[in-house]
Amino acid sequence: MNMNETIDKYLVRVGMASCGIAAGARKVNDSLNVMLQNKGLPLVLKSTGCMGMCYNEPLVEVVPPAGERTLYKNITPEKMERIVREHIIAGSPVTEFAVPSAEWDSLMAKQKRIVLRNCGIIDPENIDDYIGSGGYEALKKVITQMTPESVINEVLKSGLRGRGGAGFSTGTKWGLARKAKGYPKYLVCNADEGDPGAFMNRNVLESDPHSVIEGIIIAGYAIGASIGYIYCRAEYPLALERLEVTLKKARERNYLGENILGKGFDFDIEIREGAGAFVCGEETALMMSIEGKRGMPRTRPPFPAEAGLWGQPTNINNVETYSVIPWIIRNGGDQYSFNGTEKSKGTRTFSLAGKIARSGLIEVALGTTIREIVLEMGGGTSTGLEFKAIQIGGPSGGVIPARLADTRIDYETIPATGAIMGSGGLITMDSSSCMVDVAKYFLNFTQDESCGKCTFCRIGTLRMLEILERITKGDGKIEDLGTLETLALSIKKNSLCGLGQSAPNPVLTTLRYFRDEYETHILEKRCPAKKCQALITYEIMPKKCIGCGLCARYCAVGAIAGNKKEPHVIDPKKCVRCGLCISTCKLGAITVY
Amino acid sequence: MTLKDVKTRGLPNTAVIDAIVYKHNIHPGAMISILQEIQEVYGYVPQSAILRVAQDTQISAADIYGIVTFYAQFRLQPQGENLIKICHGTACHLNGAEKIADAVCKCVGAKEGETSLDGKFSVEKVACLGCCSLAPTIMINNETYARLTPENVSKVIKEFQKSESTVPVESLK
Repeated sequence: MNMNETIDKYLVRVGMASCGIAAGARKVNDSLNVMLQNKGLPLVLKSTGCMGMCYNEPLVEVVPPAGERTLYKNITPEKMERIVREHIIAGSPVTEFAVPSAEWDSLMAKQKRIVLRNCGIIDPENIDDYIGSGGYEALKKVITQMTPESVINEVLKSGLRGRGGAGFSTGTKWGLARKAKGYPKYLVCNADEGDPGAFMNRNVLESDPHSVIEGIIIAGYAIGASIGYIYCRAEYPLALERLEVTLKKARERNYLGENILGKGFDFDIEIREGAGAFVCGEETALMMSIEGKRGMPRTRPPFPAEAGLWGQPTNINNVETYSVIPWIIRNGGDQYSFNGTEKSKGTRTFSLAGKIARSGLIEVALGTTIREIVLEMGGGTSTGLEFKAIQIGGPSGGVIPARLADTRIDYETIPATGAIMGSGGLITMDSSSCMVDVAKYFLNFTQDESCGKCTFCRIGTLRMLEILERITKGDGKIEDLGTLETLALSIKKNSLCGLGQSAPNPVLTTLRYFRDEYETHILEKRCPAKKCQALITYEIMPKKCIGCGLCARYCAVGAIAGNKKEPHVIDPKKCVRCGLCISTCKLGAITVY
Repeated sequence: MTLKDVKTRGLPNTAVIDAIVYKHNIHPGAMISILQEIQEVYGYVPQSAILRVAQDTQISAADIYGIVTFYAQFRLQPQGENLIKICHGTACHLNGAEKIADAVCKCVGAKEGETSLDGKFSVEKVACLGCCSLAPTIMINNETYARLTPENVSKVIKEFQKSESTVPVESLK
């Protein structure tokens, strides 16, 4: 782990991916820069990417010239000053700001970091840092020693399956594109990470962009392409900025461009900024978008390997798939397939979010169980409430209940639950999360993002959404559940692309595992999770209320009244159930039922 | 949707539009990039710009309008000085994005999809900013604000209301 290049200085790493920056890492970094100018401190400052422990951001790691490194959490410029004074100048770590080693161990012990090998360690904008950790060695090896066929063989041997969600064998896909007749051939990197709740690709692009670029160039060599496109969503400004820098530096060193490394291979990469359409994560829609059109999916076959961009053979993989390629080439396909299960080889990243104590980015071998991820590594729920379910695979995925926590996460077991592997978004939900509301949330999303081409997707999802809205308002009928299922199956069967085919999954899985919750909404007009606004009532407990009037001042609709120093009352007719009063009441005197 | 806004950024100018189109060699595959650059200059895609691009590229204005309306990123109306994107991703939804949205809208006096009367803010609803681990989040002019509560988000907005600055440089690049 110790990559300290200067012998007598402290190495200080500041996590500067966008979550770190949002939490205040830039201020910490700036303060360190100021201290460095003024005092000539014995430290080397390195801005790195994501360290994976987003819940502790901003994170700062201090690696001494000799001895144990310390990871500091929730750092502010003030805390940083103390760390510099006590740890770096005086040599004794500030333990009260440090991440306890037990916490660090439980998070890291079961991780196997291949995709994330450099994340949080190297400076993503410094190409020498990447090269120093073995970067571009794989490209050199490929170009000088390997034929395109032997590259494809190595990838086949690794057993790598596409990490975008569908899980098709990467080596097979490359082989098809290699064999396809036609010139030029194109390569596409899908960085349109549109699943709400997923941020694995953003972190890799921000923290180790060279690994993705190197993987794309190797793939280009393997299939015989001359141009690659990275289709990255506009909502990721920092990833786009770092990609630009990365491409420029790679060109300067001749890893990219004409006659790469003097071996006669020409290949370049262009960035295409997505314009905000979820359906463009689907490969045929994505290609339409690169061609400058509306991103509407088309029928397959022909598959992109035969006729993709501008009708030419095209290979499409996602960010994570490309980023592991250099590792596979350097270490061998066998080493990669050593991890994982019999049919699901290797590792994959998961972004942990929702009601989880330790939100962040992890990478585990395929076959790891939900329990290990959520309860051991993720530390359970953030609220202390009971762990209820996970949602995996985004709007195309499904909900898996806590009682199935021993389910292994791999390409065979997850689909059997009704969910999908997806690209790695894993949302934890606790007992305060209403499953009908979650289903409605995802359906609202897919309905909004449906491109409108297929009738079942365009209108079917709207009908389903109307039913769910009725149910959450207390106007549902028990027959609605059957109608929902019929509609869901018809939409799955009759939609052209993955968006429509998978849009009903959140509804189907919640109906399968939490049917009772739907029934309670319909029959008892009650929301057990107390989430659906029309089915809950706010009340002030007279015994706890001291009449401070704070809630009445905050209430936007004037629903709270009462005399000073006397218990207040909420008028249920005026109350819009926004919950603002609960968050303002310091005495916990407001209850929901 | 204020006139003030249009004035600060200038009215659509055919020379500017032509320069953007020719930079891309009138390549039909570059349509989305062309529209994105136009929006960066003007803050939205003006109707006159669509007509000019149609003329330059020989792609019909109807087709271009179809592209503009397909993608959520494009706006056909001028935006306020500051663009607030409220994240409605899964993690933000579970952690109270609606309440954040209510607080922001109340503070700036505009609903999601609208611009405040003083032209200071446009509020947009977005699917996911990818900052899920620090939910709920919003983005103001490319800067992400995380771990929000209705109270602290109001403070953030008030800071912006106080400042007299026009559009931050980075949003225009």
